Amino acid sequence: MTMARRSSSLQYWWPDVLTAIGLLVAPYVLPSLGFSQDTMNRILVLGLFGIGFDMLFGYMGLLSFGQSAFFGTGGFVTAYLLTSTGLSSVVLGLLIGTIAAAIVGFLVGLIALRRTGIYFAMITVAIAEVFFFLENSPLSAFTGGENGLPGVPAPTFYLGFTTIKVGSGWSMYGFLAACFLIGMVIARRIMASPIGHIMVAIRDNPLRAAAVGHDVKRYKLLVFVIAAAYGGLAGGLLGVMQGYMPPDAFTFDTSGQLVMQTVIGGLGTLFGPLVGAAIWLYLRDFLQGTLGLGASWKLALGVIFVLLVCFLRRGVIGAFVDLARSLRGKRTADDEEPGVIPEQVVTGLEQSRPMVAARSLSAASDAADPILQTRALSKRYGGLVANDSIDFTVRRGELRGIIGPNGAGKSTFFKMLTCEIQPSSGSIVFNGSDITGFGVTRVCQLGLTKSYQVNQLFSGLSVRENLTIAVVAELRGPFRLDMLHRVENVPGLDERVEEVLTLVNLSRRADVPVSGLAYGEKRRLEIGLALATSPSLLLLDEPLAGMSPQERAETVQLLKSIRQGRTMVVIDHDMDAIFELAEQITVLAEGAVLVEGTPQQIKNNVTVQEAYLGGVHEA
Amino acid sequence: MVATPELGTDLLSWANFISQMFNGLVLGVLLALISSGLTIIYGTLGVLNLAHGAMFMLGGYAGYAAYQATGSYTIAVIAGTLFVGIVGIVMERGIIRHFYSRPQEDQILVTFGVGIVFVELVRHFFGSLALNVPAPGWASGITSLGFMIYPTYRLAVVGIVAIALVVLYIVLYRTRLGLIVRAGIEDAGMVDALGIDVYGVFMIVFGIGAMAAGFAGIVNAPVAPITPDIGEAILVQTFVVVVIGGVGSFPGAVLGGLIAGEILSLTSMINPSYSQVMLFAVMTLVLVVSPRGLLGSQGRE
Repeated sequence: MTMARRSSSLQYWWPDVLTAIGLLVAPYVLPSLGFSQDTMNRILVLGLFGIGFDMLFGYMGLLSFGQSAFFGTGGFVTAYLLTSTGLSSVVLGLLIGTIAAAIVGFLVGLIALRRTGIYFAMITVAIAEVFFFLENSPLSAFTGGENGLPGVPAPTFYLGFTTIKVGSGWSMYGFLAACFLIGMVIARRIMASPIGHIMVAIRDNPLRAAAVGHDVKRYKLLVFVIAAAYGGLAGGLLGVMQGYMPPDAFTFDTSGQLVMQTVIGGLGTLFGPLVGAAIWLYLRDFLQGTLGLGASWKLALGVIFVLLVCFLRRGVIGAFVDLARSLRGKRTADDEEPGVIPEQVVTGLEQSRPMVAARSLSAASDAADPILQTRALSKRYGGLVANDSIDFTVRRGELRGIIGPNGAGKSTFFKMLTCEIQPSSGSIVFNGSDITGFGVTRVCQLGLTKSYQVNQLFSGLSVRENLTIAVVAELRGPFRLDMLHRVENVPGLDERVEEVLTLVNLSRRADVPVSGLAYGEKRRLEIGLALATSPSLLLLDEPLAGMSPQERAETVQLLKSIRQGRTMVVIDHDMDAIFELAEQITVLAEGAVLVEGTPQQIKNNVTVQEAYLGGVHEA
Repeated sequence: MVATPELGTDLLSWANFISQMFNGLVLGVLLALISSGLTIIYGTLGVLNLAHGAMFMLGGYAGYAAYQATGSYTIAVIAGTLFVGIVGIVMERGIIRHFYSRPQEDQILVTFGVGIVFVELVRHFFGSLALNVPAPGWASGITSLGFMIYPTYRLAVVGIVAIALVVLYIVLYRTRLGLIVRAGIEDAGMVDALGIDVYGVFMIVFGIGAMAAGFAGIVNAPVAPITPDIGEAILVQTFVVVVIGGVGSFPGAVLGGLIAGEILSLTSMINPSYSQVMLFAVMTLVLVVSPRGLLGSQGRE
C-alpha cells in the first residue's frame, strides 16, 4: 500500500469519482460484453462482501474462511425482518442486519482472534460451519431451514415529488451500485486513516506494532467486526436483490468463493473482490453456456485459481499495477539508486538535535531520582535461571551501559523491562509506578521502549511510513476509533516524523522502502522507531551489532546526539563504544549483576576480566 | 459423515446409549486417523493442508474404482490408500515444495485450490450422486454383543483403523524416519543443519499423511456412501480435532479424534442438529482453558 503523503483533496477524491463514473458507465458497456443484468448485480453484492474481507486479509493479513457466517447472519436477519415482521423499510432492515452481523463478528472475533495463522483459519472454518448448522435446524423456524426465506421485498424511496420503486430492471442495479459506492468510499476513508496504516503494520510485523504502542488485539477485533459488517450488508442485499434469501449463503462454499475471488482480483486493493467476482461469474457463464462444460466450470476455475496463487500472487489488479510500474520504472529507476547518494556524515547532527522531546521529563525533577528500579527480578526457564534476582536502578537522565559475556542474560533482562516476557518473580518500577506484567504496548505508552537486537521493522513500508506508525502510536494512544480521519491530519505527525528522520539521518531516504536500505540504515531506522515513540527511557539492545567500523562511529555519534533529555540504557559488546558513551556500567554474568561502576572502575576490575576471560585460571 | 444409527431405537435407552458410544468410537478412530495425517504434515512441513479432506474423498473413490474392477475389498483398500499416497507425493513434489518459503497464507490458499480441483475432477468423472462400496463378506451383517446387536462392519472399522493407528505409531516412534519426523516437528531447521535431507523426509511425510486420510476414506466407504463433497465436512471436523488435541501432536490427534467422535455421536442421540454446535462449544472451551490444545507442544505456530 502506498501512503500518498500530502496528497491534495483532489487526489484523495478522484478514485471515488472514478468508481462512481465506472458504476454509471458499466450498464452501457458490460451487457454488450455478455454480462447479464443479474450477473452485474451479483458482482456488486460479492464485491461489497469482499471489501471487508480484503481489509481483513489483504491489508491486515488475517485469512478467514468463515466470512459466510456474517454474510448469512446479515442476510437472514434482514430477510426475516422484512418478511415476517411488520418492518417495511428495506433500508432499516439492511441496517439492522448489518449491525447484527457486526455483533456476531465481535463475538466470533473474541474467540477466533485468540490465535493467529493457521489456528485462526481453522477456527473460522469451524465457526462458520456451526452457523450453517444453526441456520439449518435449530433456527429453521426463523430462517426457513433448507427452504430459505422467499418474498424479500425491494426498497421503495419516496422523494417527495416522485416515488422510486426499486424492482427488476436497472433500478436494482442502481440501488446496489449506490450501496457499493458508499461501502467503497467508507473503506477508502478507513484505509487512509491512521487505522488503515496500523492494519498494514500489523500484517507486516505484529510484534513491533504492539511494541511501538498500538493495541494490536483491539485493532484486529475492530477490523474483524468491520469485515463482518460488510458481509452482513452484502448478505442482506443478496436477499433483497433476489427477493429470496437462500440457505446456502451460510455454506463453506460461500466463504471459499469469497477467498478465491479476492485472490483472483488482487489482494490489498479493495477493488480486487469486485474484479474477481466479475471474472468468476463471467467465466462461469462462459464455460457453462458458451463452451457447454456443464458442471465442470468449477474445475476450470479451481485450476485458474491454483495457477494464480502459484504464479500471479497479486492477482489481476496486482499484475496490471506491476506492469504499469515496470513500464514507468524504466524511466525513473536511475533516480533512486540506493547507495549512490553519499552518506551525510552524522556529526552534522549535533545542531539539529533534541526536537523530539522526551515526554514527562520535567526539568524540575530531581536528577538523582530513579526512573527505573527492579527488585529481585528473576526469570527461570525450567531449571535454567536466565536472570537471578537482579536489583537494578537507573537515575533520570543517566546513560547506562550493560555489558556481559554471551549468555549473561542481558537480552532477557531487557525483555522483562519492556514487559515482552513475564518475570518469574520480582518487580519493575518505572516512573514511580509498578509496571510488572503490564505488557509491551502499555509500557511503551508510558514512555519505556526498546530498539531490538535483531531489526524489527515494517519491511513492506517505506522509512517514512515506518516512523509514521510509531509516531501515530504516541500521538493517538493505544487505541482510537478515528476511522474516518486522514492520517495526515493527525496533529503534529509530520513535524515528529521529520524530526526523527533528521535525528537518525534518513531524511534523504524517507520514501525508500525498507527493502532498499543498507544494513546500517536499517539499524538506524530500528533506533528511529523506538525514538519516534518519544520514550523517556530508551533501551538499546546491541545497537552496534553487525556494523562496519565507520557505521559504528556514526551510530555512537547518533546515540550521543539523542541522549539529551532522555534516559538510556545500552547493551553492547563493543567495549570501546560503551566506555565512551556510558557514565555508569553494569556488568551481568550468568544472570546476575557482577559489578557496577564507572567505566574506569570496570576497566580495572579483576572479576570483570575474569568473567570475560573466565577459562584462563582454570586452564 | 457416519450415518446416525437406525438401530437400537426399539431397545432400552441404555442400549441405545451404548450403541451411540460405539458409533462415536467408529467416528472417533476415523477422525483420529485423518487428523493424525493432517497434524504430522503440519508439524513437519509447517503446511496446513486444506486438501486433506479431498484426500479422504479421493481414497473413497479410488477404492470404489478398484472395487468395481476387482470386486475385492482388500484390493480396494490397498489400491485406494496407495493411490492417495502417490497423489500426495506428486502434490508435494509439484506444488507444495515451491511454497515452503512463501507465507503461510499462500500455502493455505494453494492447498485450498488444489482441494477444489480434486473434488471437481472426481465430480467430472464420477458425477455428484452418492456411490456405495459394500462391506466385505466376512464383515457384513450384524453381530450380537449379548446386550445389543451392532453392524459387524462398524466393529471391524474400529479394529482396522486401530491397527492403522498402531502402524502409524510404530512408524513415528520406532523407526529412524519417525525420529527424524518428530525431530522435524520440534525444529526443522536443526534437522536440516544436521545434514539430513529434510525435503526427502517432507515428501515421505506428506505421502504418509495423505495415505492416512485416503485409508480412512476407503474404510469408511461401506459405512457412509461417498460423494465428491464428503471431504469438506471431514476437513472441518479434523480442524476441530486438531485444535482440541494440539497442532503437531500425534497423541493429541488421537485423543481429540476420540473426544470429537463421542461428542458428535452422543449429542446427536439427544438432538442431531446440535452435534456440530456442541463440538464447536468444546473446541471453544479448550481454546479458552488451554490455547495450545490438550496435548499441544511449544513447537510451531
